[in-house]
Amino acid sequence: MNAALSAETLEQGSLVNYRLVKAHLAAAGVALLVSMLAGFLYSLQYLGFFPFGESRALAPGHWRLIHTSMAAYGWLVNGFTAMLYYVVPRLTGKKVWSDKVGNLIFVVWQLILLSTIVGFFYDKAQAIEWGETPTGFRPGSFELNYIPVDLLVVVGAVLVIAQFVVPMYKARDQKFYVTLWYFTSGLVWLALTYLMGNVMPEWILPGAAGAAVTGLFIHDLVGLYVTPMGWGLMYFFVPLILRKPIWSHSLSVIGFWALAFFYPLNGVHHFLISPIPDYVEFGAITTTIAIEVVVTTVVVNFFMTLRGKWSALRTSFAIRWFYAGAVMYFITCLQCAFQVTWMFQKIIHFTDWVVGHAHMIMFGTFTFWVFGVIDWVWPRIVRRNWYSQSLRAWHFWLFTLGIVIMFFDLMIAGLIAGFMQKGLNDWSDLVLASVPFWWVRTFAGGMLLTGALCALYNMWMTARAGDAYAEDKHLVAATAD
Amino acid sequence: MERFYTFVFISGIGCFAIAFVLSLVFPWMSLSSYRGMEFQTLEQLAATPSESFVELAQAHPQAFGEAYGQVSPQSYAEALRLGRDVYIGQACWHCHSQYVRPVSNEAERFGPVSTAQEYQNALNQPHLWGTRRVGPDLSREGGKRTNDWHIAHFINPKNVVPWSVMPPYPFFFDERGTPSKEGLALITYLQWLGTTQVAPEQGGVTP
Repeated sequence: MNAALSAETLEQGSLVNYRLVKAHLAAAGVALLVSMLAGFLYSLQYLGFFPFGESRALAPGHWRLIHTSMAAYGWLVNGFTAMLYYVVPRLTGKKVWSDKVGNLIFVVWQLILLSTIVGFFYDKAQAIEWGETPTGFRPGSFELNYIPVDLLVVVGAVLVIAQFVVPMYKARDQKFYVTLWYFTSGLVWLALTYLMGNVMPEWILPGAAGAAVTGLFIHDLVGLYVTPMGWGLMYFFVPLILRKPIWSHSLSVIGFWALAFFYPLNGVHHFLISPIPDYVEFGAITTTIAIEVVVTTVVVNFFMTLRGKWSALRTSFAIRWFYAGAVMYFITCLQCAFQVTWMFQKIIHFTDWVVGHAHMIMFGTFTFWVFGVIDWVWPRIVRRNWYSQSLRAWHFWLFTLGIVIMFFDLMIAGLIAGFMQKGLNDWSDLVLASVPFWWVRTFAGGMLLTGALCALYNMWMTARAGDAYAEDKHLVAATAD
Repeated sequence: MERFYTFVFISGIGCFAIAFVLSLVFPWMSLSSYRGMEFQTLEQLAATPSESFVELAQAHPQAFGEAYGQVSPQSYAEALRLGRDVYIGQACWHCHSQYVRPVSNEAERFGPVSTAQEYQNALNQPHLWGTRRVGPDLSREGGKRTNDWHIAHFINPKNVVPWSVMPPYPFFFDERGTPSKEGLALITYLQWLGTTQVAPEQGGVTP
């Protein structure tokens, strides 16, 4: 099963269009910076600072929209697309559909990001969480009032899917490696999820039925696009860097199929104890707890793979990113199995707890994994060694400490505010009790932002001024990097 | 088994379809079977302009006249729709929720528990339930405070709530505090919230 991950796999690098990998990674970096800066500026509002005064376009609510949209559609989508360009031809032995389409995808996608940000400045957001990219139509109608960004996203997504499904289709007679299971299904899910989430609540289903769909959309976007892409990358890069196969194929099978079956059923857990019928909520709660079992199998599989190679955590930054991310993945999912119950929901639902949870998974896990891949791939694309070792270390530790501080800070803040809501404290008590935690959150956000600046500066300088890259280095002693 | 078509059709489309039925079609069917779930269009919602809309017209005759003309079901509908657009565009719904749960003493704090019926209308498509309460829930906001309180609060929330962390929205008002067309719309929308609630004895069901 791991034949796919041999030296031969690496040599198939000639099938890869490195220019597109590099372009998408650069765009991802810019989007990450925009997203984090927006999040940082937004957090200042909670401390009573309004850096843009009374500007309407730059009002704090808009920064909130930019923060999440750029994290998902700018950073992660660009980052994952770059990785798909790198990985899919290697695993299928086929080139992607077309380089020209690749250029088109790149341009269309960056236009989407730009028009989304401009749309937010002019109040054109769509009222769907994680899907705020403007429909271009006035809410609930067909009256055009802006560029229909959602349609562009559909065009972009269809092109992305075609681009990578073509090599997979050409390889349909081969036995697929685990990574391709996740990628194939993930791309199909992306199309279905985006269409369902952006169309049904807006034009077909009002109120509570629509809420069930938006819950499903919030969840599926993370669970059926981001998660499969992330695990696909883990299954590819971890064995490659450690130079040993994944510990158990059976666990890989269980992990994949249980994710495919249980994950989409969780959606409604975003609106619990709501007018959505109880039996639907209970179904979502039960399957969410089931997910924890899946997560455990996958995490065990990866840690058993690392057995005997623990030193790689010290010698390889990429492995360090991957496994730090895996630990945080496990923590987030364990937390989820508890917080999804009504008992926890009563207290934490509308509080900062959930914000901490979301940051842990999107940043602590998936951003870590993308950076793990970047750490390994970037020198090989630009043909230069990393410019600065100390910046690499600063990046890792600022990110790790920053996200852990933010997570626990928001968790505690959420519990305090949640119990105060239940205790019928005056709303001023909730806000005043939260302010110290919001300061810590902004401080942690500053650490993350500094870490990102270290990373991007290091990437930039590596491409410009790093030492020439030694080709055989990773083939001879991959773990030593 | 571990081939292309398996991952397109069985896990890709198949598993998604199961979830689509269980967590979308099922709740949709259940909800449609509740009493009092007839969809209300914007025209139906705006048939009788609210008191606060009339008061806005009286308090700011010139601004109101320029923006909406007369108080009428049509102008009320226009203001409600625009107010909701602003509420969405300024991301108000990311800090204010719009549903009251039957737990955590929320009914004591905010008012009657939300039911499915009250969201079955054009101004809840898509719904604006929200997932975070930095500020309080707004689903029972209509009629709780005066128009003037809202004006003072929007211009600078700290004017009336000293510890508030809500951003100021002075751009919806001129320097004398007269609301613009959007300012009028936003207040009209806020004062409308909660007016669609259905009492349990009239067919409302608790979740």
